[in-house]
Amino acid sequence: MDIFLQFLQAFAVGGFICLIGQLLINYTKMTSSRILVIFLLLGALLEGVQLFDPIESFAGCGITIPIVGFGAVLVKGAVKAMHETGLLGVLTGGIVAGAAGLAAAILFGFLMSVLFKSRTKS
Amino acid sequence: MNGGEQTIVFERKPHIIAGYGIVGPKEGEGPLAQYFDEVAKDDLFDQKSYEKAECKMHLLAIERAIERAGLHESDVCALLSGDLLNQIISSSFSARELDIPFLGLYNACSTFGEALILGSIMLTSGSMQKVACSTSSHFSTAERQYRYPLELGTQMTPTAQWTVTGSGCSVLSMDGEGPVVTSATVGKVVDYDITDANNMGAAMAPAAAFTIATHLRELRRKADYYDYIVTGDLGIFGSEMLHQLLLSEGIDIAENHLDCGKLIFDETQKVHMGGSGAGCSSSVFNTYFLQQFKEDKIKRMLFVPTGALLSKVSSLQGESIPGIAHAVAIEVA
Repeated sequence: MDIFLQFLQAFAVGGFICLIGQLLINYTKMTSSRILVIFLLLGALLEGVQLFDPIESFAGCGITIPIVGFGAVLVKGAVKAMHETGLLGVLTGGIVAGAAGLAAAILFGFLMSVLFKSRTKS
Repeated sequence: MNGGEQTIVFERKPHIIAGYGIVGPKEGEGPLAQYFDEVAKDDLFDQKSYEKAECKMHLLAIERAIERAGLHESDVCALLSGDLLNQIISSSFSARELDIPFLGLYNACSTFGEALILGSIMLTSGSMQKVACSTSSHFSTAERQYRYPLELGTQMTPTAQWTVTGSGCSVLSMDGEGPVVTSATVGKVVDYDITDANNMGAAMAPAAAFTIATHLRELRRKADYYDYIVTGDLGIFGSEMLHQLLLSEGIDIAENHLDCGKLIFDETQKVHMGGSGAGCSSSVFNTYFLQQFKEDKIKRMLFVPTGALLSKVSSLQGESIPGIAHAVAIEVA
């Protein structure tokens, strides 16, 4: 049963993030790219005030898969690298920690564009 | 027409001798399906890109309209065309395939009205015998130029409109059959400080209200002189706003107002506020409304294509959206 409870928790938190996004689309004039950046910064902020880990242990992928998770990874990497290599780590750490995600996004984006053609949405 | 006035009354009246309208598959599932001359099965029109597809659709509309008028390319003195793409490539690239002198136009989605007015003036000046007026738009080309890449799969906001994939062409001549252009009101650019590129109905409604009110005032006509006052692509929200704006000037058009953007789709098609685009008014006019004239169901209509004069750059820089609308009075001969 435990695993279903985990699913439910991930769904509730992930769904809540999407609900905020939908409200922003419906009731503000913000472009989708701006909404995306807000969520990224929100993740960075949550990590900064050390709230991200407790939420992650509760919701798992419900918070790491949305772009909020990427914001948190950037800050986490920067803090870790700062402890290891000093101030320069603030600049390098975020990118290093996010490298797998970034490279995957570019690689899979490229593969998809080779394999498929864009279509008019229905 | 004197200085300070906007309305031209044509003493010799040009006929709309033929029209042709072609649309994409989604429009072909809408309420006007039976009226369109051609509905494409695939909105790529067997081309490699959507820009090429729009161009092919536009070219088809022009060629078929000329054919329907019983003319050859060499009979047409001028082609007046426009579309929504940067540097109006759909029109210019269509004209590249044709042996017709070409004048490219841009007034956003009101371009078809602009073309009809200029074409009528050119004919009545006596310098030309026959002209063709055409416009086109395509959902997928407009979407990626004005909004986001198709691949991004961005959601539409609640006030957004759906760009019509369609093209229409009218052939105008001083002699022949068909309804006539009796007068026209050239619109002024009106800006009510709407900055939301996803709410173009609201940006265009004031321009439409201004042009319609000016037309009726200068010709001393009441709104019920026309069987229908037909706007281009105000959509549901913009139409509501138009009614309110005109009511505040004592003009009630709620009874006889139609909007091509509302006519072309129905509520089940997930197009939010309705259709839009330079091809919306031209594809609907050249099929549905010309048919209504032919069947004697309409005697007089005021055709008011509406345009939002924004660009991607201007809306990203937070500029407001200037609106424009031209009115063309079309009556049975």
